[in-house]
Amino acid sequence: MTHTSNTAMAEPRDESLPWADEDAKRPVKVSIRHLYKIFGDDPKAALEKVREGMGKPELLEAENHVLGLSDINVDIRDGEITVIMGLSGSGKSTLIRHLNRLIEPTAGEILFNGDDILNWNEGQLRELRRKNMSMVFQKFALLPHRTVTENAAMALHTRGFARSEYEEEATRWLDRVGLGGYGEQYPHQLSGGMQQRVGIARALASNSEIMLMDEAFSALDPLIRTDMQDLLLELQAELHKTVVFITHDLDEALKLADHLVILKDGAVVQQGEPQHILLNPNDPYIEDFVADINRARVLRVRSVMTRGKPSGEDFAGDVDQNENLESVIARAEGAMDKRYRVTRDGKPVGTLDMKAIMKALVPRKVEG
Amino acid sequence: MATYDGLFDALGLRAWCDQGADSGPMSMADLLAKTKGDKAAEISAWDLPFPSLDALHKACSAIPQSRDLTQGLETGFLGIRDALRVVIDPLSQPLSWMLQDMLWLMTQTPWWIVMPVLFAITWFVTRSWKIVGFIAVMLGLLAFVDHYHEAMQTLAIIFVCAFVCVLLGVPIGIAMSRNDKLQRFVIPILDMLQTLPPFVYLIPLIFLFSVTEPKLYGIAIILYAIVPVVRLTDLGIRLVDKDVIEAADAFGMTNRQKLFGVQIPLALPNIMAGVNQTIMMSLAMVVIASLVSAPGLGVLVLRGIRNLELGVGLVAGFGIVVLAIALDRVTKASLARIDASQASR
Repeated sequence: MTHTSNTAMAEPRDESLPWADEDAKRPVKVSIRHLYKIFGDDPKAALEKVREGMGKPELLEAENHVLGLSDINVDIRDGEITVIMGLSGSGKSTLIRHLNRLIEPTAGEILFNGDDILNWNEGQLRELRRKNMSMVFQKFALLPHRTVTENAAMALHTRGFARSEYEEEATRWLDRVGLGGYGEQYPHQLSGGMQQRVGIARALASNSEIMLMDEAFSALDPLIRTDMQDLLLELQAELHKTVVFITHDLDEALKLADHLVILKDGAVVQQGEPQHILLNPNDPYIEDFVADINRARVLRVRSVMTRGKPSGEDFAGDVDQNENLESVIARAEGAMDKRYRVTRDGKPVGTLDMKAIMKALVPRKVEG
Repeated sequence: MATYDGLFDALGLRAWCDQGADSGPMSMADLLAKTKGDKAAEISAWDLPFPSLDALHKACSAIPQSRDLTQGLETGFLGIRDALRVVIDPLSQPLSWMLQDMLWLMTQTPWWIVMPVLFAITWFVTRSWKIVGFIAVMLGLLAFVDHYHEAMQTLAIIFVCAFVCVLLGVPIGIAMSRNDKLQRFVIPILDMLQTLPPFVYLIPLIFLFSVTEPKLYGIAIILYAIVPVVRLTDLGIRLVDKDVIEAADAFGMTNRQKLFGVQIPLALPNIMAGVNQTIMMSLAMVVIASLVSAPGLGVLVLRGIRNLELGVGLVAGFGIVVLAIALDRVTKASLARIDASQASR
């Protein structure tokens, strides 16, 4: 975690302090503006009702239209992993398919580098899908009649490269995701986890700056899922792609997200820096969500420390701001009365009271 | 007097009914009725005839009889026959040539060339020595009882007809799979082709073409046998995994790339199953087509029926069974080979 989004952080910042620069916003790559999607025979008419304030259940009851997405506004920043989380039926898979227009919206804008892709013609859209956005699917969706290498090179092959031209590139990415030597196999000969590695290699080999990952790891068993998450973070540290990741798993979301968007019934409930959402849930729905999380493992020192130049001498030691609370508790051996000096790249940036840790471990209730 | 006289009187249509009456000769039934007197008019409710064309005609001669319908169809068909011929004749002429050439090729080439070529084709599509051996035994058996010539004629007809079925049927199936409206329009036609008794195809065809022309039976066989390959191509392409199609879209494939790179290869097992069924159905039709001069084993079956030659009929019948088994094994084995190399499911 090298940077955070400060949009959701309420407290004022002292720009002169060393941590200020890490919060510099990256440029927006894709911007979703007032996006609506309504499924049914006459979505335009239903849209008016929704804009007048009709909710999802009433719309289904009265108009027999399904409100898929309602007034979505999300900025997807360059080089960040934006995780969209929600339970099934919350519209997250519908949302990600709007980004490359596999689904047409009812209303709204999708700005790619500032240009509304909804005005693009078929040819422009095809170029976008071939060169700028690649996709990884929950059910892998590999071509069963093509070899692993041919699958990995699907984007390049589609662009018209011959085998001799794409083979090296495809093999390089297969090696990178740990599938060296499997190039001549067929997808059905591989396990689920390996098939998804092919899916990731396929997305990477297209050399697109944006990767859309639709519940990419949901079909895998837990251990392999953890492996794949680590692989993704490792690749991300190296490649700095703009990743949009869909999941229904909060642990996965918290592990991967730079920016977390929580969807419920087709609307954004809360979005922001994941640590912030965890500490300041603004909705009982999110509270329920975060209640079962191992907070000590997810929360990091920087989220609970007291910012400002450390004063006094009674520190039990130094901790890095990106350590999680679990490791600090382990170091304190459970003692409640210790204070630590928090450092970032070796420089002191704040103080951490063990009491603050204990307070942070108890989920906060939303008032009212 | 007829049963429905009262009806027309009540409706005031009597004058219209009698307009052209009594111009034709009296029918036998009418004469009989006359000799019996007017008793026939007192019909009880139990015997009330259905108000069919014939029954109504008795009461009102302005209404046509049912036989006018069949006659009308016939004269109508004869009326458009020449126009139809102008269109269909040149279109179907290549079929005649193909059938003639194939028959000539397979019967005139010596057996010691034809049989090895057939074995080679079998090996090429199945890659299985077991199947090649099986085909060798089957063909050897037929040749041994002197049915080689007829078997080759039947095979030649089936090869040509199945080839034309695939040539026309696969594109029709693909078009259907991409267009719901076309599918709704074509499926009833396929249903009709499949359920219409095969003899019925022959009747209009006999009117259209001379019985000496091979295309007469060629068209009959193709109409009957094309159904499964169309249906299964349509089905096969529609059954291709939606996720894979979505991936193809997401990576920016054009419709053409999607069709040839994804849909057809993944639908191939289903299409091949359709080809297998098409071959089997053309084999079934080839017997019926012998009524209109299709050569081959069917002719012998027909002779068996006509002359009550039990042995001739049975041997030829078993010959057809042997051919059917052989063709089925070969197409199934090649289907399995496609399936295995793709292992899509």
